[in-house]
Amino acid sequence: MRTAFINALVELAKDDLRILLLTSDLGYLVIEPFIERFPDRFINVGVAEENMVGLATGLADAGFIPFIYSIAPFAVLRPFEFIRNGPVYHQLPVRIIGVGQGVEYGFNGPSHFGVDDVGVLRTQPGLTIIAPVDDIQAKHSIQKTHNLPGPIYFRLSKDSFEIPELNRSFELGQTQQIGNGKDVLILSTGAITREAIRAAQLLSEHGLATTILVIATIAPAPVSDLIEALSSFKYAFTIESHYITGGIGSLVAEVVADHCLNIKVVRLGFDALLNKSFGSSAYLQAAHGLSPEKIALHIIKTLEENV
Amino acid sequence: MAQEVFSSHIRKIILDQAKRANVGHIGSALSVADIIATLYFGVMKISDPADPDRDRFILSKGHAALALYAAFFLKNWIASEMLDTYCSDNTLLPVHPERSLKGVDFGTGSLGMGISYAAGAALAAKMQNSKRRVFVLVSDAECNEGIVWEAAMFAAHHKISNLYVIIDLNGQQALGYTHDVLDTAPLGKKWEAFGWQVKDVDGHSREEIINAIQSCEHELTRPHVLIAHTTFGKGVSFMENKIKWHYWPMSMDEYRLALENVERLS
Repeated sequence: MRTAFINALVELAKDDLRILLLTSDLGYLVIEPFIERFPDRFINVGVAEENMVGLATGLADAGFIPFIYSIAPFAVLRPFEFIRNGPVYHQLPVRIIGVGQGVEYGFNGPSHFGVDDVGVLRTQPGLTIIAPVDDIQAKHSIQKTHNLPGPIYFRLSKDSFEIPELNRSFELGQTQQIGNGKDVLILSTGAITREAIRAAQLLSEHGLATTILVIATIAPAPVSDLIEALSSFKYAFTIESHYITGGIGSLVAEVVADHCLNIKVVRLGFDALLNKSFGSSAYLQAAHGLSPEKIALHIIKTLEENV
Repeated sequence: MAQEVFSSHIRKIILDQAKRANVGHIGSALSVADIIATLYFGVMKISDPADPDRDRFILSKGHAALALYAAFFLKNWIASEMLDTYCSDNTLLPVHPERSLKGVDFGTGSLGMGISYAAGAALAAKMQNSKRRVFVLVSDAECNEGIVWEAAMFAAHHKISNLYVIIDLNGQQALGYTHDVLDTAPLGKKWEAFGWQVKDVDGHSREEIINAIQSCEHELTRPHVLIAHTTFGKGVSFMENKIKWHYWPMSMDEYRLALENVERLS
């Protein structure tokens, strides 16, 4: 996804001289196509994420569109106050690229996990948050937000894949739907949608038909799409590679509360510190109930207990 | 109008507005009054605060914004009625400068970010082949912040020679003297080691500030820092070098005495 994103950025930068790429010394074997094509519009600022945000703010204020690249926690959490005071308060087109959705950096450990980036950034008015689901959405999302005047956070997976069921769609502020089952509603964001799709297949084997609503635009929240979907079910299961507080589980719960919808929200995500045992992304997600099998089981149990 | 008059006007406005609003940060604003007067009335090229090729000024030590507002007033960028809204409800003139006020190039208040923004702004000017310069006023204690040194390293590495940092070296911070809290010395040597052209100046001397900036113009491979030796609370004898006046507002008697001091200075 990150490679698809950079390739799309190269295409945009051919015609738009305002586009710059800054990195805090990360992006090996990903950002080279941009560096080779536009060496004068690429800056490795060194291992200094706070300064990268400050620099990007000054550059954006002078008319550039700087994309700043790092692993999600270093792109978001380290310089968060500077993101707030710079591009957010001053409403400038800084594009923050945070790589590593959830626990994708598995064996690197919790320092590298993006399990709270959405929750932190969702507090900021005027900051667009986009979590593409696959390579195609990554490409479309950068194209369709090219001239957006305010700041954007792109939460990118480090893996490369396409989800054919997604029908290649992305529209800012809208959800995308996979399936139209009437028994189960799953809301997911990002690459973990693959697990949601497999869980839906398992549910289907149990006679349960699923609708998956993909939330690729987390802010501005796709409220009308959510209301429409949430109004047709008794249970909504949110699935995200993120702490259960602050991410799309919280977002869906807010929409339910704000609009008095008669639906119970079950939030699946990380509900405890990730400091007990370490491993691959698949291991960590499974250990926290986010494998397709555990997701399906959780949904079946919830529905059976509440018949 | 002679620069001394601008400095004196700025000091008087600081005292008047601080008293009217009953707020502090007086000593910090008095400390930089001469630097701001010199920059706005002797150094920076700003025909119009909306001109994209104007020189930029970032008050990274945002808590001295009252001195900046006073300069804007003397520039006729804001009217006296607006100046009188300082720290009132629904104002555009809060304690720290915000960009919603015309003339403020970057909203500050969080120490350290101003120099990082300024490095980006100065780099942008170079990339756009503009001759505009970027001036940043930082406090000595602000150099406690890590981002200051991230930005310093970056600006030197990229030879951003249109960037001018002025350090208000008054030796004080919120809770004590810098040599007691977190010693910044030897500040000039630190900046020099980071690759900057360093000039020591009397931060209350228009002549020294202007001469130093002019002498920097020939240095095209390094950014520049003026270590401006200043007196905290300069011009008001009972405030000078007193920690109390970082936060404290004035009583009516103190206000009258301070005004007398400032008038005597002019």
